[in-house]
Amino acid sequence: MHFVSDLFRNIGLWFHGWLSGLLPGWAVTLIEYVLGVLILLTGALVTVLLLIWVERKIISRLQDRIGPNRVGPWGLLQTVADALKLLTKEDIIPEGAEKVSFNLAPILVVFPTIMVLGVIPFSRGIIGADLNIGVLYIVALGSIGVMATLMAGWSSNNKYALLGGFRVVAQLLSYEVPMVLAMLSAVLLAGTMSMQGLVEAQGGGFLNIPYWRIFVIPLGFLIYFIAALAELERTPFDLLEAESEIVAGFFIEYSGMKFAWFFLASYINTILLGAIAATLFLGGWQGPFVEHVPVLGVFYFAGKTLLMTILIFWIRGTFPRLRIDQLMGLAWKILVPLALIVLLLVAIVIKLPVPPLARQAVLFVSNIILLLGALGYIGRHLRLTAERQKLGGRL
Amino acid sequence: MLSKYGFIGILAVVAFGFPVLGLVVAWLLSPKKPNPIKQSTYECGVETIGDTWVQFRAQYYLFALVFVVFDIETVFLYPWAVAYGQLGLFALVEAALFVLILFAGLVYAWRKGALEWQ
Repeated sequence: MHFVSDLFRNIGLWFHGWLSGLLPGWAVTLIEYVLGVLILLTGALVTVLLLIWVERKIISRLQDRIGPNRVGPWGLLQTVADALKLLTKEDIIPEGAEKVSFNLAPILVVFPTIMVLGVIPFSRGIIGADLNIGVLYIVALGSIGVMATLMAGWSSNNKYALLGGFRVVAQLLSYEVPMVLAMLSAVLLAGTMSMQGLVEAQGGGFLNIPYWRIFVIPLGFLIYFIAALAELERTPFDLLEAESEIVAGFFIEYSGMKFAWFFLASYINTILLGAIAATLFLGGWQGPFVEHVPVLGVFYFAGKTLLMTILIFWIRGTFPRLRIDQLMGLAWKILVPLALIVLLLVAIVIKLPVPPLARQAVLFVSNIILLLGALGYIGRHLRLTAERQKLGGRL
Repeated sequence: MLSKYGFIGILAVVAFGFPVLGLVVAWLLSPKKPNPIKQSTYECGVETIGDTWVQFRAQYYLFALVFVVFDIETVFLYPWAVAYGQLGLFALVEAALFVLILFAGLVYAWRKGALEWQ
């Protein structure tokens, strides 16, 4: 019973003990690290294969279709078939393309997504490397992805691709600011940047639930979610690959396996959004009875990640695309000021000489008031704009 | 601590090697039959006119400039956030001043119309 209650970690410990009897210390560490990396990579790939199927099924149902149902049971192997097809497709390099950056871009776009997997905490003691700069590491790697997409757009020698590339710079840079500021609020509350430390700080209370950051700074969570959705380049923020305007944006000229890498990176990023949101704001692996039965943590974490991912798919099936002026306005005029206010609010409330639960109540209530105020402001602005348009005059 | 970065190092090698491996396998498996029409720039069937790398609207660069300011701000604020628990009240006042100055910068950019997309 004790073995099962912390199953995954005990398997690891047993494996470590078995290996230590056979090999010297450094070889054991090396083998464990290589195995860990391969498990992370394989896990991510299998999850992506399943998630693409899940997304296609969900979108189909939302659009009153059946979706893939021919390859394998319930169409489960559709993605495998697609991957094999892409693997055997001809790789077309358009004339006049900058060969070096054209070929490097798909590699650099996959690289950061796999790197970030290394600091995702799956359960207590189950993490690739619990760096003490975990959050900063994630933010830093995110910038490599921006660079790679710009490289792809610039080097393709195609006007659609260039336009997509420029939109990437404008959108991803703008939304990085509120996203990073919202993550900063969570870091400030926990006083650490280590991913495990952030999860540990959200434990305690009734069934390990009340200190989840979504119940402390709901507005911070909302800002993070919107900004991260824009960073993902997904509906309703998919201007930079808008099919109906610029065909596919920055990866229009890519075919075969290079296209597949852009696709894969986009899906790993979707999972990572769910995982990081779960870690920073939804309590990570914290949940009822996790201190007695640690194996539950893995399932709590996976469940929260999956929930966030399905929410993203649902949004894709529901919302229309934003216009570019609305997009930039939302980032700079609403999300950035709000994120700064939430940050200052957290900084002030932490220093208040009152018990933790009172602090939490103050933060929660003020967050809700701020959110309602912001919604009221946006609603008024939209109503005024609509009236102006009805009058037909400019201002 | 150092051994944690050993893990990150191995991860970096795999994260770079995996996409390269995929491209190599695809190169081995895929047909190679280039022809001028296939390699021409894709533009929905219309022949592309003029140079691709033309002058571009300055709006995009304005946003990039504002971004640089805020990105550096957040880099400064991260160590502050981690050490905040151990610092006294002056840390709050200091950071509040820092954030307010930047807030003023945002308001300035807003009033100047740098955030309007024409």
